[in-house]
Amino acid sequence: MGTNLFYFLVYPGFLFMAVIGGLLSWFDRKITAGVQFRKGPPLLQPFYDFFKLLLVKETILPARGAKGLFLAAPVFAVFGATMAGVFILLPLLNITSGFHGDLIVIFYLLTIPSLSYVIGALSSGNPLAAVGASREMKLILSYELTFLLVMVGIIIKSGQSIDLYQIIHVQQSGVPFIGSVSGVLLFIVVIFCLQAKLALVPFDMPEAETEISDGIFIEYSGTPYAMIKLSKYILFFILPAFVMAILMNGTLLEGINILWAVLKLVAVVLLLTLIRNTNPRVKIKQAMRFFFVWMNLLVIIAIVLAILGL
Amino acid sequence: MGFKSYCFKKSLWLFHFGGASCNNCDIEILDCLTPRYDLERFGMLLVGSIRHADVLLVNGSINKKDKPRLLEIYEQAPKPVLVVAIGACGCTGGIFAEGYTFAGPVDKIIPVDAYIPGCPPKPEAILAGIVKLLGKN
Repeated sequence: MGTNLFYFLVYPGFLFMAVIGGLLSWFDRKITAGVQFRKGPPLLQPFYDFFKLLLVKETILPARGAKGLFLAAPVFAVFGATMAGVFILLPLLNITSGFHGDLIVIFYLLTIPSLSYVIGALSSGNPLAAVGASREMKLILSYELTFLLVMVGIIIKSGQSIDLYQIIHVQQSGVPFIGSVSGVLLFIVVIFCLQAKLALVPFDMPEAETEISDGIFIEYSGTPYAMIKLSKYILFFILPAFVMAILMNGTLLEGINILWAVLKLVAVVLLLTLIRNTNPRVKIKQAMRFFFVWMNLLVIIAIVLAILGL
Repeated sequence: MGFKSYCFKKSLWLFHFGGASCNNCDIEILDCLTPRYDLERFGMLLVGSIRHADVLLVNGSINKKDKPRLLEIYEQAPKPVLVVAIGACGCTGGIFAEGYTFAGPVDKIIPVDAYIPGCPPKPEAILAGIVKLLGKN
């Protein structure tokens, strides 16, 4: 009981993920600034933002809206992100071996943050938030199938295993999955899925700042917005960590391998940031078409190649 | 200086309200966010929604149509919120002060924390005004 609480709340749970996620969020903003020839924010900027929203700012509730649901949605988002993160990081950091079928549980838990953003936006009663929520729902419908098919590809490549620990173990005793043709295709697809899950720029139409002024988060202020920021930080750490686990050999926490693990994580985040900085926002119709037609085609090719053993 | 006010100062998010402006001040405000001046190194961001804002930048002369909108924006902002009046029109009314649609300079309508005069103020002047605003609290 005590060790479980420690796992969920401190390491590798809530606290650890929040700190690493905040630092990665700073890295993202600094790289963005570098791409635009700016200097960028100081190292602790995400934490200043979080504590300002949490401690200083007033919380305003919508006059016409479901107030309880409006306040509960950010808590659900942080909860979903934390639980998914714990189940990803326990096998990834080689602390425990997880449980049977945890890949499927992780897949479900990773949808909770997006769904609770939708619930929070719709309960605020703001028309722009409703536009954002409808876009987020369409985005979920588009990328979830592709993400599930990526999991199918991973399961086939690992020899019908649905345990994350087993998948990492198969890669560590052989070659990492990204070292094959089907693995490269799966990596390309999963990077675009991450981009949509994190609502980064090619697929940021739910919170399009210049268009519907932050969309789904338009009514949030103060503490609930701090919780949303926190769930974003956590997702920004655990989703690249998940890609590392399913495709890039996981981590070995001894000697020089710690450096490789950090470099792999930073490389995935850098890729996401560079895609974000060099692309325009697409329309929701284009995003749905992109996932339904092209990404699904690519992932089905990858699955066929994986069955053939390539 | 406590932890709370330190965090607040390190992370001011800006919201821009343009009154009946001639657009010069708007352009100079946007200049502050460009690579040359880069307000993000002080932790400042331009946000899309007033609910996320910590600083309300007001420029342009406020006429009778703008006044209720400015009041509503101010009431929608989560407190504490700082108000900065930018440009001659925002501070005093400028050449529009005698006009029959003029509804008073910004500080007649909402409390103002800092004035940045100029027509338009240079980006350096806006940066200096914001630094003074940070020193005041």
